[in-house]
Amino acid sequence: MSAAPQKAKAGAEKIDVTVSDVVKLNELVTRFEFTRTDGKDFPPFSAGAHTVVEMNDDGRTRLNPYSLMSDPADTSKYAISVRRDDEGRGGSLFMHNTVKVGDRMTLSYPVNLFPLDLRGRKHVFLAGGIGITPFMAMIAHLERISVPWELHYACRNKDLGSYVDELTGTYPSKVHVYFDDQDQKIALEDLLDGQPLGTHVYVCGPKGMINWVHTTAAAHGWPDEHVHSEEFLAPQPGKPFEVRLCKSDITIQVGEDESLLEAIERCGVEAPFLCRGGACGQCETNVVEADGTFEHRDHWLDEDEHASGKKIMPCVSRFVGKTLVLDR
Amino acid sequence: MSKFQFPESIHSRPVYGTLAPRPGKAHLMIADAEGAEALIELADQDADLIRGAHIIYIPKETGDTYVEKLRALGPAQLYVGPSYEASVPRIRRVLSDAHMGLQIYLAGTEGLMGQAMNEAMQAGIPHSAIQTEHRGSVARRVQCVHCKGITEDVMTDPFVCSHCGLNLFVRDHYSRRLAAFQGVRVDAEDPGNVPEPVELYK
Repeated sequence: MSAAPQKAKAGAEKIDVTVSDVVKLNELVTRFEFTRTDGKDFPPFSAGAHTVVEMNDDGRTRLNPYSLMSDPADTSKYAISVRRDDEGRGGSLFMHNTVKVGDRMTLSYPVNLFPLDLRGRKHVFLAGGIGITPFMAMIAHLERISVPWELHYACRNKDLGSYVDELTGTYPSKVHVYFDDQDQKIALEDLLDGQPLGTHVYVCGPKGMINWVHTTAAAHGWPDEHVHSEEFLAPQPGKPFEVRLCKSDITIQVGEDESLLEAIERCGVEAPFLCRGGACGQCETNVVEADGTFEHRDHWLDEDEHASGKKIMPCVSRFVGKTLVLDR
Repeated sequence: MSKFQFPESIHSRPVYGTLAPRPGKAHLMIADAEGAEALIELADQDADLIRGAHIIYIPKETGDTYVEKLRALGPAQLYVGPSYEASVPRIRRVLSDAHMGLQIYLAGTEGLMGQAMNEAMQAGIPHSAIQTEHRGSVARRVQCVHCKGITEDVMTDPFVCSHCGLNLFVRDHYSRRLAAFQGVRVDAEDPGNVPEPVELYK
């Protein structure tokens, strides 16, 4: 896989925003809406895009990607829905516990790693839990251009089904909801069968669900090009390790609960990034020297590249061993 | 021998593979002339695949050589037609009735594979998911970039456009939309100075 185009500055351009609304949807999920602090319109985004939310958590900068779920045609606001993760690294807890209406925050320009293929004749969406968010924007877009779609949405139970009532109320014939606690399951094989030629399927949810959809669709003869998925990984904690950045000529320590990318940034070295979740390829970094084992966790590099020990994605991957020297 | 190894060329030039069985809900096979051999070899790999397939076959100058052999493979449907053009309504009907999970196998001349691929793409199948195997003639389907007329089965370079009469140089520049190579006037700078035509790949 070739490297993504390099930008002069790390990350996407930024927008200063003010929190305009905080809506608690259920026990776990809250929607945050933003307007631009300068009063202007937001740049338009394509359905499926995400923004990286910059959080100032008591001096520590947190950067988390969230899918934009508002109507792409409405440039007066951006909205995201955040699922609280009590076991996570703290970004979602910060959003839930600290962010309130009127707060100033910073968002990145939207980046789309999960676009609709608008050549499609029909679009089938498969959502698991909070994976519903990009589809909210996609549905708004497809309704506007009158292209057929259907949604199959699996959630834990009725109380945790974010936007279930809104979706089934507005699109009763296109939205199908499955509740785990009632043993309802998406009948994937049946629903793949008989779709018109030119149908695209999109899945956003847990890793197991994504793999299930890719495997089943391939077995049914669906081309890879018609099966789309998005999964953001959160960096996992791990043993602290030391890295030498040879271009910057410094040696840095990566802490237990920070990512390699975060450690690089903390030490004042500018490193490229966009998604911070192992998907976009922007932070791909060459390894100059390594004596140890890589813990590759990204979706970007292929197996051969992982095995080669020549490249690492510092946003999600780690290293265990004696020496690691990066070309950064 | 119906196989021909095309020399490496520019990115635009189509590259053909070898047909292989793929999982799918339905299988449509379109072949002309010696392309039948590719389907027969595919049947050697997976006889059941062919028994569930719809074969559209245009024998061209091979006449009856392969028709009975194809019938003997026992395809679910076998259509033998006089020309590609005559088979187009059938191809379109099959594609309009088809669903996701349809696999497409194309074999034979570049002109047939290019045009059939174009029909499949218009029906919503990505070109990269369509299997092809070149067999038989290396003749090309060429569009004159000046009058836009298409000449089938071009065997020499340069050749005379069958529509406007210009002398055209045959490029490797290919249009997937037109399913044709581009032919460009060879004597534009110096009218009448036309190189001796040579047979393609000789």
